[in-house]
Parts: sequence; C-alpha cells; structure tokens
Amino acid sequence: MALLEVRDVTKKFGELVANDRVSFTVEAGAIVGLIGPNGAGKTTLFNCASGLYPVTSGKIFFDGKEITGLPSWRIARMGAVRTFQVVRPLKDMTVYDNVLVGAFLHDANTARARAAAEESIRICGLSEFAGKVSGELPIGVKKRLELARALATRPRLLMLDEVMAGLTSTEVKTALELIRAIRKEGITLLIVEHIMEAIMPIADKVVVLDGGLKLAEGPPGEIIHDERVITAYLGEKFSRRMQARKEGKADG
Amino acid sequence: MTKALKRTDLFWLAFTGLVALAPLVPAVATNSFFMHVLILVLLYASMAQAWNIIGGYGGQTSFGHAVFFGIGAYGAGMAVVTYGMTPWPGALIGIVSAAVVAVLISYPCFKLSGHYFAIATFAIVEIFNRMFLVWDWVGGALGLDYMIVEEGLANLMWYDSKTGYFYSALILFALVFGIVRFLEGHRFGYYLRAVREGQETAESLGVNSTAVKLSAMALSAALAALCGAFFVQYNLRVDPAMVMSLDMSMKFVLVTILGGAGTLAGPLVGAAVLVPLQEFTRAKWGGLGGGVDLIIFGLLIILIVVKQPAGITGIVRDIAKRRGRKAAAEKGGASLGTA
Repeated sequence: MALLEVRDVTKKFGELVANDRVSFTVEAGAIVGLIGPNGAGKTTLFNCASGLYPVTSGKIFFDGKEITGLPSWRIARMGAVRTFQVVRPLKDMTVYDNVLVGAFLHDANTARARAAAEESIRICGLSEFAGKVSGELPIGVKKRLELARALATRPRLLMLDEVMAGLTSTEVKTALELIRAIRKEGITLLIVEHIMEAIMPIADKVVVLDGGLKLAEGPPGEIIHDERVITAYLGEKFSRRMQARKEGKADG
Repeated sequence: MTKALKRTDLFWLAFTGLVALAPLVPAVATNSFFMHVLILVLLYASMAQAWNIIGGYGGQTSFGHAVFFGIGAYGAGMAVVTYGMTPWPGALIGIVSAAVVAVLISYPCFKLSGHYFAIATFAIVEIFNRMFLVWDWVGGALGLDYMIVEEGLANLMWYDSKTGYFYSALILFALVFGIVRFLEGHRFGYYLRAVREGQETAESLGVNSTAVKLSAMALSAALAALCGAFFVQYNLRVDPAMVMSLDMSMKFVLVTILGGAGTLAGPLVGAAVLVPLQEFTRAKWGGLGGGVDLIIFGLLIILIVVKQPAGITGIVRDIAKRRGRKAAAEKGGASLGTA
C-alpha cells in the first residue's frame, strides 16, 4: 500500500501554476526520487505534502488518512518529516540541542530523547560538532544536521529536499550510504535531488516533474530512456547521443 | 563539551551557595535601606525571569507585562482592602485572571508574525490603565490603601522589620527561578527555544508552535501576577499608575535584556545591576525632580544593545571565549617552541 499518495495536486501562486494536477505514490519501504529542472515545482510539491503550503486543489493522503490542509506539525506527528533545501538550523542552539528538539517528537522523556538524539548524531557523523552552535557550521555539516534532526524524530516517511546539493563527491558518497542505512531501518524515503548520479542508483522509483506537470513516473532504468524526460531534463546533448546510439542500432 | 558542563556546574555551585547563605542576611544586615534594595533585587529578578519565559526563551517581546503584574497586585489588594480577607485568595484569582487575559490577548497576535505581538501588548497596557482609572470597583484613580491589619505570614505583611519581606521575596525568587530551571531542561523549554529560532522549522519537527507560545505566555503572565501580589503587599497601596503603566512594563523588558535574555542567570544579573543603581540615584539625586535614574537606565540600555545585544551574560561569555582562545593559542605556541 502507498504510504504517501499525492492525488491531482494543483498549487497556484496567483496566476503562476507551480504544480499542475500532479499525482504519484510513494510505496512503504521504498526510496522514491523526485527530479526535474529548476522551477519544475519539486520544492513546492514538498511544501504542499509537508503542510507548509495549502494546496489549491487536489488531495494528499498519508498512510490512508487525508492530510490535505493539516498544519505541518500535525503531519510531522503522524510520521512524515521533511528537511529543507535551504538549511534551517535553529541558529543559537547547539547541534545537539537541534537534534534533541527532533528527538522529543517521539519521546517526551528527556533522558530517552537524549539517547535518541545521540544515536542520530552518531549515525550522521556529527559527534565532533555536537557542542557547536549550529549557526556557525559549514554548509556540509548543516546539511547533515538537517538530516540528523529529521531522523531523530523516528519518522515513517522521511522527505529529503536536496540534501546532497553543494556537497563534495566524497560527501555525496557518505550521504548515499547513510540513505541506504536509513532505508534498512524501515524508513520510507522521498528524495528531491538534482544530482542524477546520486539518485538513480538508489531509487526504486523516480517521478519527473517539468513546468509543474508530471512528465514520467517509473523505475530509474526506464526513466533514463524516456524521450520526454531526456528532452526536458536530461539534456539535448544526452538526448542526441541517445538518438545516435538508437539510429546506429537501427542501421546495424 | 565537558568544559562547558564544568562551567555550568561551577555556576550552580555558586548559585546554591548564594541561596543557602541568603537566609543569614537579615542577621547581619541591620540597615533597612540595604534590606530594601535586596528585596527589590529579588523581586525584579523574579519579574524579569517571569518575562524571560516568553520574551527571552520564547523570543516574543511583550510590553504588556505591567497588565499581568497589575492584575496580580489588584487581586491581593482587593482581597485585603475591599473584602477584608487575607491576600492569598485574591492573589490566586489574580494569577488565574492574568493567565486568562494573557491567552486572550496573545491568541490573535500569535497568528500574525513579526512585531504585531509587541505592538498589541503595548496597546493593551494603555487600555487596562484607563479602564482601571475609571473603574470604581477596583478603587479608580485613587487606588487602594491598606488599613492596619495583623502582621505576619497569614496577611503577608510586616511593619517594623523587613525580614519577613526578605524571606518572602527569597521564596518567590527560588520558586520562579526553579520553574524556569526545570523548563530549561525539559521538552517544553527546548520547544520554546526552537519556536524562537525558527517557527516553521520547529513545526516541521512536530512542534505545535501556537500552543507552545500560548502556554509560555500564560505561565509568564501568571508568575508576573504573583510578583505583583508581592509588590502590593510590600508597598501597602496600589493605583493604576504604580502597576499598570508602560514604565512598569519597560522594567520587565529592560532588566532581562540588560542581564541577558533567554538565559537563566540574566534576570538576576540585570536586577542586581539596575535596582541598586535605581535606588541609589533616586535617593541621591531624587531632589533634582526625579527621572535621573531613568536617564541612567536609558543610557545603560543603549550601550548594551549597541555593544552586546546578549546583555551582561553575553559579555561575560565573550570574555570567557576570548580567554579560552588565547590560552589555546599560547598552548599551541608553547608546543611549537618545544618542537
């Protein structure tokens, strides 16, 4: 059964249509990638699903219950937690305290929440930064903090908004290992990502957005051969090369 | 991290020592002006700490705390003067009413962002001030003057010596600081700071920010009202200008900001600096027509806000940090020398 279902969601800002009747599902236990060029409406869709924006029309379901129009804290309490593309550390608080705020979601007991926060900090490799004030950290660490904080809430669905953007290739590799480890814990992931090399190998399914419309939905193996996706997103050059290869095949 | 822990431990050791020694103060202090200043330091520290809950930890600047303070003061005052009871039931009603009024004022404001809350609380002081001036039931512009009643804890009133007031103020202080200390280490305290640092972020982590802010506001107002009840018992009179004025509201804000908003020690530090300053200048230059203390008050605040918005505790923290860095640099230099 789908853990998250987005059904005909439209989001308008005035006359601008950021999402146009978008529908897709995120199956429990899966890693689903949400890709598309800049301005495709990925983050907007994220904001609608996490309750930050009200949708203009359409419905969103989490675990079979409708969550359209619910405040974001209620959606988070149901187990769908997101990170922000533009990192939002609780600046004057330490890394540890940031993660602890997340950990308090599933346990009000301070001692147990502390243990959960420490575990999350360790998993995300933030131990050496635990006592640092989060506003003063480099971007790579802030990105990991976003992840650690969301993870500490023990979510059922983790929605990551470009956690790998701006990271070095080594950092991306670490992040990918981390994402795989998170999935092993039984957490479902919906990931907005720009880096194709990062998302394609780990995703079970990819949803492609362009200009607010859903272009395609399917396993990565199919998506990279989808003509429309190639033209719209993967690039003309890539597309021509694909074309040439196809024609070569036809000739031979 | 261990170093930071050690430092807070040291602070708590000093703090507990101070509180433990405090009951001995009346035995050595025979000067009643000195006692008066000490009582006011404890009272202002408690008031500032009450404000600190919503204003410091919660980051919502309230200029309306004079209203809650006043409601507490009037609660106790009316119980004694109007109804001839002990002040306690009146104080309790005052505390509950202050919390209710605080929630009613804040609920619409918290839905808006930015400075609406501050502006709305500003206006509310004027509204209550005018209302109490013309409201006969609460004594109008004349206010309430205490008659002679039996002194002691039951009436929370003493005439000859200030010792009773000192102990009461100490209990008030311990109670308010204890509550804030408790909250600081628990979920509510963390949520409150999270809401201050980023409301949307906090909500994305499951924090119901409106509920958090409203509860903080209610608690803050209730404790401010408790301080008000003590204040009226100490002054033995109350009128709207004394308690429900912007002047009084400002004291809640300024003492906290001077000491360091959002820190446990800040309100005590702020009160320990401002109250003696205020009382001594008032005693020394009061003849100049009054207001000298307020001028100094104002200058000090401007200096603090320009130099270090985190207040005196922020300055202390900066110095400690710089020293630590210097020590580390020297250590690094020494090891280089040996190598």
